[in-house]
Amino acid sequence: MSRRLRTALDFFAVFSLPALWWGGIVLGSLGVMASMSFWTQEFPTFRPDFQFGNYEELLTNNQYVVVIARSVRIALMSCLFSFLIGFPLVYFIVFKVESRAVKLLLYMGMLIPLWVSYVLRSYTWKTILGTEGVLNSALLWLGIVDEPVMFFLYNQYAMVITIGYICMPLMMLPIYSSLDKIPRSLIEASRDLGANSFHTFLNVTLRLAIPGIIAGWTLAFCLAVGDFVSPILVGGPSANMIANVVLTQYGMALNWPLGAAITVVLLVIFVILLSASNQAERVGKVNIE
Amino acid sequence: MALVSTMTGVSVPGARSILPERRKKPTSATTSFVMILACCSLVFLYLPLIVLMVFSFNTNDLTVFPLTGFTFSWYEKAFQNAFMMEALFNSIVVAFAAVIIANAVGIPTAFALMRWDFPGKVALQRIVLMPISLPALTLGICLLNYFTFWGVSLGLHTIMIGHGTLMSSIVVANLFARLTYFDRRIEEASADLGATPLETFWYVTLPNIRTTLIGSCMIILIVSFDELALTYFINGNTNTLPMYIWSMMRQGITPEINAIGSCVIFASMLIVGVSIYILSRKPEIR
Repeated sequence: MSRRLRTALDFFAVFSLPALWWGGIVLGSLGVMASMSFWTQEFPTFRPDFQFGNYEELLTNNQYVVVIARSVRIALMSCLFSFLIGFPLVYFIVFKVESRAVKLLLYMGMLIPLWVSYVLRSYTWKTILGTEGVLNSALLWLGIVDEPVMFFLYNQYAMVITIGYICMPLMMLPIYSSLDKIPRSLIEASRDLGANSFHTFLNVTLRLAIPGIIAGWTLAFCLAVGDFVSPILVGGPSANMIANVVLTQYGMALNWPLGAAITVVLLVIFVILLSASNQAERVGKVNIE
Repeated sequence: MALVSTMTGVSVPGARSILPERRKKPTSATTSFVMILACCSLVFLYLPLIVLMVFSFNTNDLTVFPLTGFTFSWYEKAFQNAFMMEALFNSIVVAFAAVIIANAVGIPTAFALMRWDFPGKVALQRIVLMPISLPALTLGICLLNYFTFWGVSLGLHTIMIGHGTLMSSIVVANLFARLTYFDRRIEEASADLGATPLETFWYVTLPNIRTTLIGSCMIILIVSFDELALTYFINGNTNTLPMYIWSMMRQGITPEINAIGSCVIFASMLIVGVSIYILSRKPEIR
């Protein structure tokens, strides 16, 4: 048996079954969804077709454009929020903690919220921010306010806090690993050359952490923009995000073709975003040798 | 440390632990500022967890201050809830099925991507990583369309397929990272000593990637146990634990949810603890 044939046979022995899975399920389902986005709805069902009506609806109906814009805005605000809260903690763990044990402890402590159910994290914020919630009742009890404050829940700030909280571990992990890789010698060199600590932070630390920061923002953004739990729990009726719209198309509205079209658009946006982020990480990377 | 790096021109890994630590600087204003910010972040991270747990032991029906008394009744109520127990059982079944499917699909895929060149390799790499890099919701919708297209009824089996697909990506991503620094000479040595490819895989390759595999299995268990966005679309009438919690939440806030939630947190922490313990042990040498 020739060597080449042997290698090919080995390959098929190893890979034929998984190939069926990836091709048959992942690729197959993508294909079905893409083709369904061209179907026509005939309430309460739909029939196979090839027309661009669903995409036209998406582009021309102002409602969808508004929702997409809102989702992007809230996701970006959530990312900014979790970055502002998360970065100091990560920076502190990497650069200011000297003992290894404390460092490990804090690192694990940073990760534990990641292991707590996603639904529960959203739910807890609802119980904290609600009119009859933890925060309001604590304020009343302590006598700081006389009647419940209404503006904690059901607005976009509640959503930014909740989604930002959910995204925090994903934001912090890549930043941690990129900060951890920075050689201390570079920071000391910057100091020795006369830069003060602020300029060192800006031009050395932050500059070298850029790939991690980009990765963190990308991960957090992808999670945030696809969230449909927080809008329902803490966002209220006027805070629908794009995922909720998809949910409605597959649920009450029973317009699967339109839902499929929205998902296709989302997929395209995500793929562009992910490759752009990959590219940016590569460009932002500084070779330290 | 700085001296060693300057002399050799590169930073020396581990040099920090060999050389004595630098002399302690007096705490500067910047350090205390960063420390205060970090403490605020930690409080923010842990506040919801503490709230969740505190109110699971509170006697009041509402999650409000002041606390009224200590009770285990919410836990009792949760565990006497037949729907909850059924959902819990389903979740456990799905999690283990996901582990099996993910390893059966993921391990060969990682090896194929790593060790063979074939047409469409780059495309496959993209497809394989898609389920974890995109929101789970999109995979859920794709699968819902697909199952409906083929007339497959939704239920436990479709949840298993969905979770299996998502988790396969996790296995591939983890294993791929491990295989990039795998020393293939030990496999060649095994082959030279007369082992068949299967024996080599079983006695040489597998023990060396053991930690990675255990690590990904633990991640799979936790992620699968927590998964909602994907399950939401393909569950039919079957509830997993997060789906059941979700349906309870929509009916209103009750401390019973806090009790279930606290149990889930403890279970996740237990899994993390066990995995850290297993992973920190030295691998056996055969």
